[in-house]
Amino acid sequence: MKNLDTKTSINWLKYASPKTFYPLAGKLIPWCVIGAVGLIVYGLYIGLFVAPTDFQQGEGYRIIFVHVPAAWFSMFLYLLMAMYAGLGLVLNARLSYMMATAIAPTGAMFTLVALVTGSLWGKPMWGAWWVWDARLTSELILLFLYIGYFSLQAAIDDKNRADKASAVLALVGAINVPIIYFSVKWWNTLHQGASVSLMKAPAMATVMLKGMLVMAIGFWLYSIAVILIRVRCEILERDSKAAMFNLGL
Amino acid sequence: MQWHSVNEFLAMGGYAFYVWGSFGITFGCMAFELWLLKKRSQRIAQAVKQEAF
Amino acid sequence: MPKTKLTQELGTFSVLYRILARDIKVALRRQSDVTAVFFFFIIAASLFPLGSGADPKLLSAMAPSVLWVTALLSCMLSLSRMYSSDYADGTLEQIMLSNQPTVLIVLMKILAHWVLSGLPLVFVAPLIGLQFNLSSAELQILAVSLLMGTLALSLIGSIGAALTLGIRGTGVLIAILVLPLYIPVLVFGAGAVNAASIGMSPNGALSLLGAVLAMALVFAPLASAAALKIALE
Repeated sequence: MKNLDTKTSINWLKYASPKTFYPLAGKLIPWCVIGAVGLIVYGLYIGLFVAPTDFQQGEGYRIIFVHVPAAWFSMFLYLLMAMYAGLGLVLNARLSYMMATAIAPTGAMFTLVALVTGSLWGKPMWGAWWVWDARLTSELILLFLYIGYFSLQAAIDDKNRADKASAVLALVGAINVPIIYFSVKWWNTLHQGASVSLMKAPAMATVMLKGMLVMAIGFWLYSIAVILIRVRCEILERDSKAAMFNLGL
Repeated sequence: MQWHSVNEFLAMGGYAFYVWGSFGITFGCMAFELWLLKKRSQRIAQAVKQEAF
Repeated sequence: MPKTKLTQELGTFSVLYRILARDIKVALRRQSDVTAVFFFFIIAASLFPLGSGADPKLLSAMAPSVLWVTALLSCMLSLSRMYSSDYADGTLEQIMLSNQPTVLIVLMKILAHWVLSGLPLVFVAPLIGLQFNLSSAELQILAVSLLMGTLALSLIGSIGAALTLGIRGTGVLIAILVLPLYIPVLVFGAGAVNAASIGMSPNGALSLLGAVLAMALVFAPLASAAALKIALE
């Protein structure tokens, strides 16, 4: 594996080496945690106390304050994972692969949360736990894509190959995500699916939007914190010498 | 403020199970993820210590 | 002129044609590979009426999805063999070392797979469609959608086959990797037949299927070639 030449690389690239990244991540994590907790508590306050009752969906609509940010991040984290995977393939940088590996579980977790909360919203609104609605179906397929990524990584013993192969899969998946989303929407209109949607844009009050955004930024900081913690674990697991140094032994 | 009493808040207009279920699962999953990570870093620290000494 | 020199002077097209012809010839020699996919499709599709009852209306409503999903699974069955036999005896490495572009070599392997497991389904699916009470207009659309769709399936499937090359328990793993990626093909392919059966024009679905096929033609060989290089490192 070729290493980045320090002479020709730009200064910020030094953070692309696991050795310098490890302590930097350690410094960032507490701030992210504090920010995440603060914003999520504030978001909960807006969502549960400030936001008015929806005239159509009653109090049941309050599920959107967790569902919508989770759904956003399930997709955003997949794309971010693919971006790091692509960066890894182009630069052949180990840290990029580790980032991609570290992002996947959090993305899958948010996908699962979006599915379960969507289903909890669907039961009172649609009268069924599951409706083949375009958004829910896309989330389900996204979960399958994450499962494929994990399965491929688990099946390959050689770490180097696992990194690269799953990176290719992540990129292929990322190209497919918009196509899948479009095809599912098209399929839904062909078969005239449910007309009520989880996000009704016109009726959305500004407070509701604000609550969702605050929550989303809180989830974002949470994701960063968790991903950084996981990257640190990856770094330690892959290199026992670095692990001893970083743990002060 | 939307609510007149604690009970009204908890009842969520009859949607209590769905609303609290959603919030519970969301933050439960996040807490579970953090707990798994804590376990993982403890395991690594132990393995590294064993190797060092 | 020595023989080695001759092979060096062969043009790209002739080398690619040889790869394609060789793949098809090898597979035809081992007939079981080709016929197994074919018979799997017929048998699996025939199971559905046994499960659901033989109401002609129900059958014709189910037919597009049943035939399309069965075709998709049949194509998938033979994916793990796309590169693995050449990988096992070292041929693949040699082909990759030849100075032809890997992408084109991969494309030939994909075409061979399509000719052997996708194309036969295009001809047999309308026959099975008759058992499902489909009208001749629907059968035509079924054949056209499968003609385009199975090629897209082979293209997308080759990425899965290349990524899992030389890994234990490949069959199920390929299914997990590839099935989610197959969804747009299934939606537009079965959608075209569905549209025809409710009296709408299938052209929209077919052109979307064509667009998916075009995208697969551009991206799938690139991704497969990258995956093969990673597997052979």
